[in-house]
Amino acid sequence: MPALLTPDFGLLFWMLFSFLLVFGVLAKFGFPVITRMVSDRQNYIRRTLEEAEETNRQTRAILDDTHRQQEEILKKAMADGEKLIRHAQQKATEETEKQLEAARQQIAFLREKALHEINAQVALLSMDMAEKILHRQLDDKAKEEAFILQMLDEAEHLPQ
Amino acid sequence: MRFDWRIWILTWLAMALLPASLQAADDGQHEAQAADEARAVGDIIGEHTADSYWWHITTINGRHIALYLPVIVRSADGDWLLFSSARLAHGETYRGFRLAAEGVYKGKIVGHDAAGAEYRPWDISITKNALALLINAAIMLAIFLPVARACKRRTANTAPGKFACAVEMLVMDIEEEVIHKSIGDDYKRYSSYLLTAFFFIFINNIMGLIPVFPGGANTTGNIAVTLVLACCTLIAVNVFGNREYWREVFWPDVPKWLKVPIPLMPLIELFGVISKPFALMIRLLANIFAGHTVMLALTFVIFTTVKMGTGITIGMTIFSVLMTVFMSVIELLVAYIQAYVFTLLSAVFIGLSRPVHHGVKTKKIYTEKVKIN
Repeated sequence: MPALLTPDFGLLFWMLFSFLLVFGVLAKFGFPVITRMVSDRQNYIRRTLEEAEETNRQTRAILDDTHRQQEEILKKAMADGEKLIRHAQQKATEETEKQLEAARQQIAFLREKALHEINAQVALLSMDMAEKILHRQLDDKAKEEAFILQMLDEAEHLPQ
Repeated sequence: MRFDWRIWILTWLAMALLPASLQAADDGQHEAQAADEARAVGDIIGEHTADSYWWHITTINGRHIALYLPVIVRSADGDWLLFSSARLAHGETYRGFRLAAEGVYKGKIVGHDAAGAEYRPWDISITKNALALLINAAIMLAIFLPVARACKRRTANTAPGKFACAVEMLVMDIEEEVIHKSIGDDYKRYSSYLLTAFFFIFINNIMGLIPVFPGGANTTGNIAVTLVLACCTLIAVNVFGNREYWREVFWPDVPKWLKVPIPLMPLIELFGVISKPFALMIRLLANIFAGHTVMLALTFVIFTTVKMGTGITIGMTIFSVLMTVFMSVIELLVAYIQAYVFTLLSAVFIGLSRPVHHGVKTKKIYTEKVKIN
């Protein structure tokens, strides 16, 4: 190993040449570009993260607000609904009452009318019976009596 | 299960070795032959780890297949000559130049002056290591320039590709964890140099571990390479050092008698100025050179034991392959660690050359970092 610790001039020259070449090129076009890019990206990511955090916070605020509004609207809707139902029920009750009243009046009126008719019928029957009685007087007393009774019976069985 | 298997191999190896060592002891001639072989192996390892005028790729049936590289030398009358190193192969002479077979310049191109004495001409031949450096430099550019271009084209809100991601990760790891933390806030000025140094060393280390062309050249295990790197760090430290740094060198905070009659501490500090980059140079060289040597030696275990019988050869082959795989993995780690250590220590030395106010903080960082090493 004669040349282990004696640097050879030619190799020194080529080493200097290649190292300085690489250094020159990379110092100008290589490493600064890469490191700048990385730090740019680092800043970009940090900024984006901060923005995302901010946006997230805003969104959460909006969401909370919306939830509150939703609740209010629901409450109001429920109240409105109840009121509506109550109103409808009231109205229905009134209507029913009115109809019942009308029916009652109708019934009363019909009853009155029926009573009148019965009275008239009774009067007619009485007159018929009186007529028939008068026709039978010429005959037997006992039969007369039985006839009257029969007539009365018939009258009883007349439809009301 | 695994444990049993290991025991089996060891037993087997021991059994195979035993008769051979007995046999070897009997045979003195055999021993001498083995010594010759060992020397030959040493030479081959030396050749593989050293620089060369051609790139030996493989040998098939005794024929060498090599890439002959351009030789660039300055002749005695001042002309620069460019010719293929194939003209110097097998000890041939071309226009008065040949490869020295022995002596101080062994393996280098030498010329002969008028008196017939050997001299070393100016020689900037593109040797194996020089070519490897150029290839690795090209690889490095091919990795970083497209990534940088992609970075330029892209806006901050688009994701980079897979490859760019990986490169960015490596770059940012070194820049943030090593350079920024060691130098301090004005690290931007130095980060290009330190990143270049890191990736240059790292790529050269990795390429050195690939056994076939264009890898396998022992670039970072060569003193010329580490010398240039260490000199760059020396310059970065001392040229851009601030006043406080030089005050600490020439007038350090020690009792006056250590610096007034004889400038003892300033001398030590000045020595430190040189010894820090010198340590960088030797550390990288020794680590990579040793790695290559150990790997080659482990591979040659197969060939040196081939004459000792089939049993041994099989045993040693298994041993050699296992150890080589193990060493390769270790060397991958070393490739990263050495690049990292070089960059880290360079950054620490640069950080020390810019003390803000009276170095309490920097000294602390320094001692922390040195512990890692």
